[in-house]
Amino acid sequence: MIASGTAKENIAVVTDIGCNSKIADYLNVNSFYGLHGRSIPVAEGMKLANPKLQIFVFLGDGAALDEGISHLIHSAKRNSDINVILLNNRVFALTTGQFTAVSPKGLKGKSTPEGSIEDPINPLEILMASNASFISRGYALKVQHLKKLIVESAKHKGFSFVEVLQPCVSFLNNMQFYNEKAYEAVNDDPSSKEKALKLIKEWDYDSEEKVPLGLFYKIQKPSYEELMNKVKTEKETDILECLQKHS
Amino acid sequence: MKKTKTVPKEYSILIGGAAGQGSRMAGLVIAKIFNRMGYNIFIHEDYQSLIKGGHNFSQIRASSKKILSHKDEADFILALNEDTIKKHKEKLSKNGTIVFNQDKISFEGGVGVKIETIAKESGGLSIMSNTALIAAFAKIAGIDWRTLEDVLKKEITKGVEKNLEIAKKAYASVESLAKIEKIKNKPKPLLTGNEATALGAAKAGLENYFAYPMTPATGILHYLAGNARELNMAASQLENEISVINAGIGSAFAGKRTMVGTSGGGFALMTEGVSLAAMSETPILIVNSQRSGPATGVPTYGGQSDLLFSLSSGHGDLLRFVAAPGDAEESFYWAGKLLNMAWKYQSPAILLTDKDVSESTFSFDEKILNKVKKEKFSEWSGKGEYKRYLNKANGISPMAFPGQPGAIVKGTSYEHDEYGISTEETADIVKMQEKRLRKFEAMQNEIDKMKEAIEISGNLKSKKAVICWGSAKGAVKEAAEDLGFKVIRPIVIQPFPERQIYEALKGVSKIISIELNSTGQMEYVLNGCGIEADQRILKYDMRPFTAEELKIQLKKA
Repeated sequence: MIASGTAKENIAVVTDIGCNSKIADYLNVNSFYGLHGRSIPVAEGMKLANPKLQIFVFLGDGAALDEGISHLIHSAKRNSDINVILLNNRVFALTTGQFTAVSPKGLKGKSTPEGSIEDPINPLEILMASNASFISRGYALKVQHLKKLIVESAKHKGFSFVEVLQPCVSFLNNMQFYNEKAYEAVNDDPSSKEKALKLIKEWDYDSEEKVPLGLFYKIQKPSYEELMNKVKTEKETDILECLQKHS
Repeated sequence: MKKTKTVPKEYSILIGGAAGQGSRMAGLVIAKIFNRMGYNIFIHEDYQSLIKGGHNFSQIRASSKKILSHKDEADFILALNEDTIKKHKEKLSKNGTIVFNQDKISFEGGVGVKIETIAKESGGLSIMSNTALIAAFAKIAGIDWRTLEDVLKKEITKGVEKNLEIAKKAYASVESLAKIEKIKNKPKPLLTGNEATALGAAKAGLENYFAYPMTPATGILHYLAGNARELNMAASQLENEISVINAGIGSAFAGKRTMVGTSGGGFALMTEGVSLAAMSETPILIVNSQRSGPATGVPTYGGQSDLLFSLSSGHGDLLRFVAAPGDAEESFYWAGKLLNMAWKYQSPAILLTDKDVSESTFSFDEKILNKVKKEKFSEWSGKGEYKRYLNKANGISPMAFPGQPGAIVKGTSYEHDEYGISTEETADIVKMQEKRLRKFEAMQNEIDKMKEAIEISGNLKSKKAVICWGSAKGAVKEAAEDLGFKVIRPIVIQPFPERQIYEALKGVSKIISIELNSTGQMEYVLNGCGIEADQRILKYDMRPFTAEELKIQLKKA
């Protein structure tokens, strides 16, 4: 980011709660280490207050798709100009292994010792339905590919989403599965909803079929903050003008 | 020469109808007519939780003296529907007059006006029949046409000509039965508590407001959204209260003065955010406009039952600022003051108000504007390495914001070291807990020195004192002052102004606690500093006090 010209002070990282969120402590940049599931609204508030900030939200699947799912949907719906990076290990790891919204059915965790009885949901489909303007997926072990996606998501004006498939060696080690089945999909027209949905529906977060990676969907539209901040000018706040209307 | 007590000029008007009939708007226009004639105004709104049907009414009080509560006894009852007469005719004063819509209501006595016919004959919309009612009332009350015309011209935004035509006809159709005199007073702006809260915060530098619609706080969102350009700020409606409080904290963390607003249930959702504001030391002003609780309660009616909840909101060892205004001027002042204090101490602050302040209309003295401005706060010097939670003696770490060159600003919900990096070490934990404790001490000291943290009024030498808070101000002061009691009213409730209260209670041998809840929550707070009430007057039918009913109860004290 800094190499391509963003001033260091304008970079901010907002994290959630989970192993993934500890990145706030590791990076020497502005950060806000928020409440579980609530990192996205904090980032939105920050962006509205200072639109110059380039904000990255790091959060896990439990945060984004369980505790904080309403915020994920609405920030996409608002096209809030934040870069959401979902570190998806498909389990609540820091709390020692419970199932999340995207765990495979049958996951044996301490809260579901006989195996989870719920089918997972497809977060990328939810994001399409929420009018997200940038949807992509990468894999932690394909570093260069992932790096390109993150840089592109930062360049995108508006809500951007990068899902990072990230094996958890302690609680759900699906590294072998991803190594075998994850592939870099080629999308010649990211502005096509149809093509995006086709790629998004290829994998249902349960089956062991192939998992496409890459930029699935990208369109341009005004961001929430640029529209909301239009009312703000350099002029003085005029209380008296408001009071006139009340006599 | 014996000084004769001047009897104030006073009028009480009740206007009612079904929801959707426009009684509130009509009531406000009538209030503005009286305001134009120099009267002080108070309007109490009683409306149900529905959009059409049911029964809504406004009780307008116009007086030559300053008033902050309504009178149940009405000199005029204006009825848009029959229900209004049925429900309120007992309130009519001895020489009072009922003015009613004769097109829909048959009633013996009073003055019937065919307001719908008049509107129809002039080719106006049916809602314009309300103008006919206002005009007829004005004539009956002996108010001159010029005043009526001026107010109508200012208040009506659509179809002014048509409305004036209708008003003229209705005015001519009835006889005057009274003569309401003008008073030599400059008309003041009329504001609801919500509007005053919005403006007070704006005066202290508010730039972002977030909210989720919830009665009775929604008026703040509407007002700020509607005046965003004039006030140079953004009002955002978000998906739920949890998003609201967290976005509010993000906005403040990034350097902009921010306020959020809600009512009981919404505030309950925000409490984790209160805790976050305390741990991350982020300034945030939260307006909790109480409705009747618990749970959904009686949504469009007021009460004072969130006090203890507000005082202990947010898990963990923390202190908040909590202040309870009693009218519109205080709402303006304390919204501004709390915003400044939140920034000075990097703390959550709660403006604890309620429906009867939020949605009542008050005469507003502009003098209060000069008392509120954006005040300084501890800012980073820009030199050396920046530590967000620098361990200073007074507990307040200088603030820098993300985007400032040279500063790495790390805010967090975790316990942390001075840089804002998470910690589990005992030494770090104790250091930060004690830094915050010193800050809390500084907050208490500030309140100890703050004269306006409580209001003392009435007979200062009386051995009998009433203690009340928030919206009970108007009725309690009027009743108690009339009967010669001392009135002690804490406005700041956290930190509690103990010193000032003890001082005020010197020489008092009987304490009567008055509030609008069923468990005596302020008493509990008083007990916490060793003060016991001898008597309590609790009201929990979810209607505000009137001075009349309190006088009856206080006479027995």
